[in-house]
Amino acid sequence: MVKVVIWGSLRTVTDGQAEVEVEAATFKEVITQLEAIHPGLKPRIERGVSLAIDGTIYREAWFMPVKPDSEVVLMPLMVGG
Amino acid sequence: MALDSEKRVFKVVGTRPQRPDGIDKVTGRALYGADLSAPGMLVGRLLRSPHAHARIRSIDSSAALALSGVKAIVTSDDFNSASNSFNQDVLDNCMARGTALYHGHTVAAVAASSKTVALQALKLIKVDYEILPHVTDIADAMVADAPVVQDGRGAQDAPAGTSANVTDVVAFGHGDLEAGFAKADKIVERTFRTAATHQGYIEPHACLATMGPDGKADLWCCTQGQYAVRAFCADMLGMEVSQLRVTASEIGGGFGGKTTVFIEPIALALSRKSGRPVKIVMDRDEVFKGSGPTVSSLTDVKIGMTKDGRITAAHAMLRYSGGAFPCGTIEFGAMSAFAAYDLEAVQTEGINVMTNRPREAAYRAPGAPMAIYAVESVVDELCQELGLDPLDVRLKNAAHAGTKSSYGPTFNEIGLVATLEAAKAHPHYSAPLGVNQGRGLSCGFWFNFGGNTCVSLNLNADGTVGITEGNPDIGGSRAAISQMAAEELGIGYDKIRTVIADTNSLGYNDVTDGSRVTFAVGLATIQAARDAIQKMCSRVAKLWDIDEDAVVWEDGYAKPAGANAGEFEPMSIAEIAAIANNTGGPIAGHYEVNADGAGVSFGVHLVDLEVDPETGFTTVLRYTVFQDAGKAVHPSYVEGQMQGGSVQGIGWALNEEYIYGEDGLLQNPGFLDYRVPVASDLPPIEAVILEIPNPGHPYGVRGVGETSIVPPLAALTNAVSRAIGKRMYELPMSPPKILKAIKG
Repeated sequence: MVKVVIWGSLRTVTDGQAEVEVEAATFKEVITQLEAIHPGLKPRIERGVSLAIDGTIYREAWFMPVKPDSEVVLMPLMVGG
Repeated sequence: MALDSEKRVFKVVGTRPQRPDGIDKVTGRALYGADLSAPGMLVGRLLRSPHAHARIRSIDSSAALALSGVKAIVTSDDFNSASNSFNQDVLDNCMARGTALYHGHTVAAVAASSKTVALQALKLIKVDYEILPHVTDIADAMVADAPVVQDGRGAQDAPAGTSANVTDVVAFGHGDLEAGFAKADKIVERTFRTAATHQGYIEPHACLATMGPDGKADLWCCTQGQYAVRAFCADMLGMEVSQLRVTASEIGGGFGGKTTVFIEPIALALSRKSGRPVKIVMDRDEVFKGSGPTVSSLTDVKIGMTKDGRITAAHAMLRYSGGAFPCGTIEFGAMSAFAAYDLEAVQTEGINVMTNRPREAAYRAPGAPMAIYAVESVVDELCQELGLDPLDVRLKNAAHAGTKSSYGPTFNEIGLVATLEAAKAHPHYSAPLGVNQGRGLSCGFWFNFGGNTCVSLNLNADGTVGITEGNPDIGGSRAAISQMAAEELGIGYDKIRTVIADTNSLGYNDVTDGSRVTFAVGLATIQAARDAIQKMCSRVAKLWDIDEDAVVWEDGYAKPAGANAGEFEPMSIAEIAAIANNTGGPIAGHYEVNADGAGVSFGVHLVDLEVDPETGFTTVLRYTVFQDAGKAVHPSYVEGQMQGGSVQGIGWALNEEYIYGEDGLLQNPGFLDYRVPVASDLPPIEAVILEIPNPGHPYGVRGVGETSIVPPLAALTNAVSRAIGKRMYELPMSPPKILKAIKG
C-alpha cells in the first residue's frame, strides 16, 4: 500500500483524511485508486494534478513507478509563466 | 533523465557565443506578430465595453455592415461552445457572452478594408447595455452583499459570510500551529496588499489569420505556445486540429502573458466569415484593458519567532483576484509562500475572489511574488524587532535536503543555503549605507517544470546541423539549444541553426512557460543528438565492416573504439554526411518526452536604495541577484533572466498598478500613467550565478526564467521600511504612499 498525502482543501472530499492509502505501483494507478476510493476527488483530478514522488514533481507521468515506501504527495498541476 | 557526471568538462556549454537573433532584431529584419501581410488582407478591430459590468441586451450590426468596406462582423454567436470550462472561460474572455464583465471586455469585432473603415464601423455597432453593479476591489468583492460578477461560479466551501465571488478555496500545510505559536518569543501579524500589474511586454498582441472555403486555416501570431493557440482556437471554432496550422512569429516579450489567446480566435472567425485574410494588432490601450494582468492580492501573515531567530510557526491567509473568472493561481501562491523555510508548523489558506477586472494571465512564477512578499516582509520585521541579522535568520531557518516543504513533499538537494551563503559573503552585504538609505533582502522560490517536448535534429549534406524545436524563443533558447547540440555532437556552435517549427512541422510541445525550455528542450536536444550519433556510428560501422559498438563518437568524429576494433582513419561528421545517401539515406535524430525532474529553484536578492524624505521618491542604488542555474548554458542569457526579472519586480514594488475609479473604469491604460522602470531608473544589476547541478538533467541545467521576479517585492519593501524607519504594507510603494508613511 502507498500512502498519498492530500492537500488541505481536498480533505473535504476525503472524509477529512490527510493521507489516503492506495494499492498502486504507478502514477496512473495512484490517481485511479484515489478516484475510486474518494469519488469527490475526480473533478479535481480531471482538471489536472501532479504527484510528488520522493521529492520530485511529476506531471501526467502515468507509468512512473511508485514504491510502497515512497513519499507520494498529490499536488495541483504545475503551470508557469 | 539523470545527470551525466558532476565532473564533465564542457567546451561549448558555459560559453557566451553570439546571439542568433541579435542582428535580425537590431536591424529590423526579424518578423514580429504585426509584420506579416497577405494579399487581400482585411484589418480587424475590436469593440470593447465602456462599462465595468453590463448585460448585453442586443447587438445591432446592421448599420456597420452597410458601411462600404466592411466585410464581416462577429460576436459571441460566431463561436462554438468550448469543450471544457477552462477553455470556455478563455473564450468568454476573448468575446463577451451575454455580459460584459469588465471595462474593455470585447463585445464584437469587425473586419474591414482599412483601419479607418474598421474604426468607423465600430462606432456604428449599436450595443444595448443594461448596466449592472460592479466591484473591482478584492475586499469589497468578498463581502456577502457584494455585486456578483458571474452567477453560479462561487465555491461551495467558501468561508462563511463571504460572497458568491469566492472561488478556488485552497489550503496547504502541516504541524500544530497553536503549539508552535506558544513557543514563540515574538509574534508579528500583518496584512498586505499588492496591486494587479501587467507583464508589460513591448510587443502588443498581433496576428494574421487566413481561412479558406475548405475550412483549412493558417494563423501567424506572437505567442509563447503555437500548439496551445492551435488547441484553443480549434476548440472555439469547431475545427479539427489538423486543419489549423499556427506559426509563431518572433516575440517581443511574453513573461507568461502570451500563454493564452485574446485576438487569435477572433481573427480566425472574421476570416472564416469574410473569406479574406484578417490581421488584428492591439494598441497599447487594448493591451492594458483586454489582456491579462497579474492577480491583485490581500494577504494576512502571522509568524512566531524565538529570540534567537528560529521560526516556531507560520500562517498565511491569501486572497487573490484573477479578475472576472475563477483562477487557480491562488494554489501556487499558497504553496510558495513559505517554501524557503524549514518549519515544524505551517499553514497557508487561500481563496480567489472574482472582480470586474480582466482575466488574469500568467506572469513569471504566477502567484508566488505576492505571497512571498508578505512572508518575507514579516520575517524582516521580526528581525528588526528582535535585533537579528536578516540573512543569519534566513540561514537558520532555510529549507534544505530533508525539509518537509510547506506544500507537502520533502525536498531533495536544493540550492537555497548556497545562495544565502553567497549573499552573506558578497561585499554588497557589508557595504556601508548613507543617510536615508536602506538595505533589504528577500528569498525567492519557484517550482519549475519540464513538460511535453519534441526535437528533430537534421544532419545536412555538408555536415552542418539544423534543429527544429517547438517553443518560441523568449529568453535565448535558440542559442542554448544550439550550444547543447554542439557540445554533444562535438562540432562548432556556428555549424548549427535552430529554428522554431510551426504546428504541422513537429509534434506537440507545451508552451514556453514554467522555466521549462532550456531544461526540457535542452534535454530533448541532447537525446536527439545522441540518436543521430548512434545512426552515424552505425553507418561508419558498416563502412568499416565492424560491429556497431566498436565505433565511438569523440569530438565530432567516429573512431574505432580501441585497438581491437581495427585501424581506421576517424571520420568527421562532414565526411559521414557527404555519403549519407549512399549509406542508407538521410540522417536525423529525434526525441519526444514529457520531461520531469526540472527541480525547484531558489534565489536571494539584495538591494540598497535611498528615499528622498521630502518627495518620497525612491532611488535604487545597488542590486545583486544570487540564483542557482544548475549549469548556465549561455551565462549572458542567464544573467539577462536574473536582471530582467529583477527589473520587473522593482517596477511592481515601486510604481506599477492597475488603477480603477469608482466607476469601475481603468484609469491608466498606457505607459505614460502606468510607469515601468527604464534603464535610466536603475543601477547595473549584478547577477551572481551559482551552479549546483540539477540531478534531473544530463548537463545539470535548471530553469532560471521565473524565480528572479519573486524576491524584489519584499527586498525593496524591507529596504524602504528600514530607510524611512516605518514598515510598508502595500504595493506599489509610490512616492505619495511613502510620504504618507513618513509623516505617520
